[in-house]
Amino acid sequence: MLVLEDYNTRVVILGVMALGIAAGLVGTFLLLRKRALTADALSHATLPGITVAFMVMVAFGMQGKSMFGLMIGAFVFGCIGVLLILGIRRTTRLKDDAAIGIVLSVLFGLGLCLLRLATEMPSGNAAGLNGFIFGKAASMIASDTKVIATVALFIALIVTLLRKEFTALCFDEHFGAAQGWPILRLDIILMALVAVVTVIALQSVGLVLAVAMLIVPAASARYWCTKIGSLLVVSAIIGCLGGWLGGVVSALVPRMPTGPVIVLVCGGWFIFSFIFGPIDGILFRQWKVWRLNRRVAMQHILRAIYEVSSQQKDCSFEELVQCRSWSKKQVHTLLRRLKRKNYISQQKHRWLFTESGAREASRVVRNHRLWEVYLINFADIAPNHVDRDADMIEHVLGTSMVEKLEALLGSGVDLTSPHPLGDPA
Amino acid sequence: MGDAISHTVLPGIAIAFLVTGSREPTAMLIGAVIIGLLTAFLVQVIETLGKIETGAAIGIVFTVLFAGGLVLMRQAVDHVDIDPDCVLYGAVEFAYFDQVTIGSFHIPRAAVVNGIALIANAIIILIFYKEFKITSFDPALAMTQGIRPSMMHYLLMTMTAATAVAAFETVGSILVIAMLIVPASTAYLLTDKYGAMIMIAIVIAIIGAVGGHISAVTIPPLFGFTGTSTAGAMAVVVGFLFFLAWFFSPTHGILSAAIRQKRVQQDIVREDVLGLLWRLEERNQTGRFVSIESALCVSKRSVAVAIRQLRKLGCISNNMSPCALTGKGRAEASLIIRSHRLWESYLDTHFPQDIHQLHQAAERLEHVTTAQMQSRLGDVEKDPHGSKVPPPLGG
Repeated sequence: MLVLEDYNTRVVILGVMALGIAAGLVGTFLLLRKRALTADALSHATLPGITVAFMVMVAFGMQGKSMFGLMIGAFVFGCIGVLLILGIRRTTRLKDDAAIGIVLSVLFGLGLCLLRLATEMPSGNAAGLNGFIFGKAASMIASDTKVIATVALFIALIVTLLRKEFTALCFDEHFGAAQGWPILRLDIILMALVAVVTVIALQSVGLVLAVAMLIVPAASARYWCTKIGSLLVVSAIIGCLGGWLGGVVSALVPRMPTGPVIVLVCGGWFIFSFIFGPIDGILFRQWKVWRLNRRVAMQHILRAIYEVSSQQKDCSFEELVQCRSWSKKQVHTLLRRLKRKNYISQQKHRWLFTESGAREASRVVRNHRLWEVYLINFADIAPNHVDRDADMIEHVLGTSMVEKLEALLGSGVDLTSPHPLGDPA
Repeated sequence: MGDAISHTVLPGIAIAFLVTGSREPTAMLIGAVIIGLLTAFLVQVIETLGKIETGAAIGIVFTVLFAGGLVLMRQAVDHVDIDPDCVLYGAVEFAYFDQVTIGSFHIPRAAVVNGIALIANAIIILIFYKEFKITSFDPALAMTQGIRPSMMHYLLMTMTAATAVAAFETVGSILVIAMLIVPASTAYLLTDKYGAMIMIAIVIAIIGAVGGHISAVTIPPLFGFTGTSTAGAMAVVVGFLFFLAWFFSPTHGILSAAIRQKRVQQDIVREDVLGLLWRLEERNQTGRFVSIESALCVSKRSVAVAIRQLRKLGCISNNMSPCALTGKGRAEASLIIRSHRLWESYLDTHFPQDIHQLHQAAERLEHVTTAQMQSRLGDVEKDPHGSKVPPPLGG
């Protein structure tokens, strides 16, 4: 926090924190509405807007670099860009990505032409306009930060007020329309908010990276929560902290441009979330799969022991190995696990159930049989074919499903198998 | 995806530069191609494993990589001679000063680099013309033919990355997108043939390139400036050509579609006028004054145009109003009425509904019924309203 003592750094960091919050909020809905690349085109379209605004202001003899005027220009042209994309998509057979690419590159090219011309204008100093492409956070002054903070507050307000409507817009616009909400107008408002966030991001991160502030925090948030309210809050926090940390790092380490560093920080957090996030994060998903595989293996061995020892009271190791295509080592491990859970006990070289083991085994086998009988009676599948299907389904039959099956098939289902046992199908 | 790849060319070039310490074009090309493939791969990973939609995945990958590239370049600014501005929009204006000697010719290096890219691309496309064609339109069919769409996809991405690098010195990485997408999109709006589309795109790109540079050099002086960025002007010119095609393409343009629609509407009004006149004759009401436009609920103007057209076609006699059908006009009209009434009875037989709905449906269908269709509607004496169905021509 030392850096906050320096006035200039404080101005920059507060500004990017406010930006992070606004971008995180709007970005959540942008992501859900699947319009990320449209936002990219919008940001590129702001360049001609900035230069036109500059040239107009200079021509009228005003201060050429009035932030407000430049922002208005950027906003207007950003909206023109979005309208062009929508127009191309509606009236031609070109798809989304082509429309976006066309608008992005042509308007950006126009902007570059005008930029080059603006640098030659006699009055007014166009040297700083270049900074809007890559960002020049270092040149932010207090009034800029005030503007950004005010706009961010305004955006937060609108997003909070229209949260329900935006949610409907993103997930089920037809439902929203049926509810009487003005879907088209909401869409326009959302894109206008995106344009506003892009415009306030221009100074700190520049137009190429502006879209990053909108998408990356919001994309990271989806690995931590599922509800819209939480998504909005988490996304805003990630954006805010990303801005803070990025600003701090860029102030402390030499030759680190602020905008890119902020984006890298957000990107780093995205990678972390991608791997470690509890919702759909890679690690968690793998762990769930591993856990399921364990449970499945346990249930398989229980059933195998049950079926093998149905004639005798117990079974041998070799008989179990032959039941399915598992290795001796696997059977060893599973038997050890069963023993630890006190489901089986060993007598000489044979295994038999304990009381709790017998109960669990008969439950597992009953689920399997229920499904087999269901398939035979209701799905018209031959008795010889039901084993494989039941082999998979039995593990995911919840208690409510089992109750329904019991009710449907009656208690006439016993534990004898409808097909010959012992054949590794 | 081309957008993303051309953005990530920057870090690719920066890394290559840092690794090799020189501006050797082959090193930069390899660096950029590697990163181009890395981009495509990362986007794929984030999309499938991370369950994020394509557009957002592309946005995440290219912005983060681009940010990385910018930081790298700033860090190594003492060693690196690359200016991010230049990478973004190129410096083709200075191509003249950077020439290489081949044999006895002095050719700008940019021309050599781009020329090689052109030849390589042309050769690859000629060799794989069929494969590209099939995988573009019907990937499933391609797989049954033994062609792997994923391979063609990666080949295409590699070519894109390589072309982006070759062109970045000329127009910068962002405007490569303009040259990649806009001429092709314009061609797409002008033709339906695959081969023609490629040719037209090439022509438009050439016009854009040449026209862009000429505009950049000649137009600003008219307003008191010295000149402007060629790359930007190229994008604007191709953009302008796209705009022209968007509105005026004879097959797909907005204006052409509007004109076609107007023509069809006028045809319908004309046929309705004929039908109305015939019905008046049938009811012996030809003497009465009838306001055609209110009877048909159309504008006065379209009625006036219709009457003029009918006079020219010889369906209405050239006397002053009231309009009288000529023999030819009567014959034409009776065909339409026959279609109308046959439709009514056909629908009544197979899809019984309210009699007014029958009329409405027949009102629409009568205009699109060919003679062949009419012959399959059956042949009845009277329609559900009880009106007599006119006999077919010649019968």
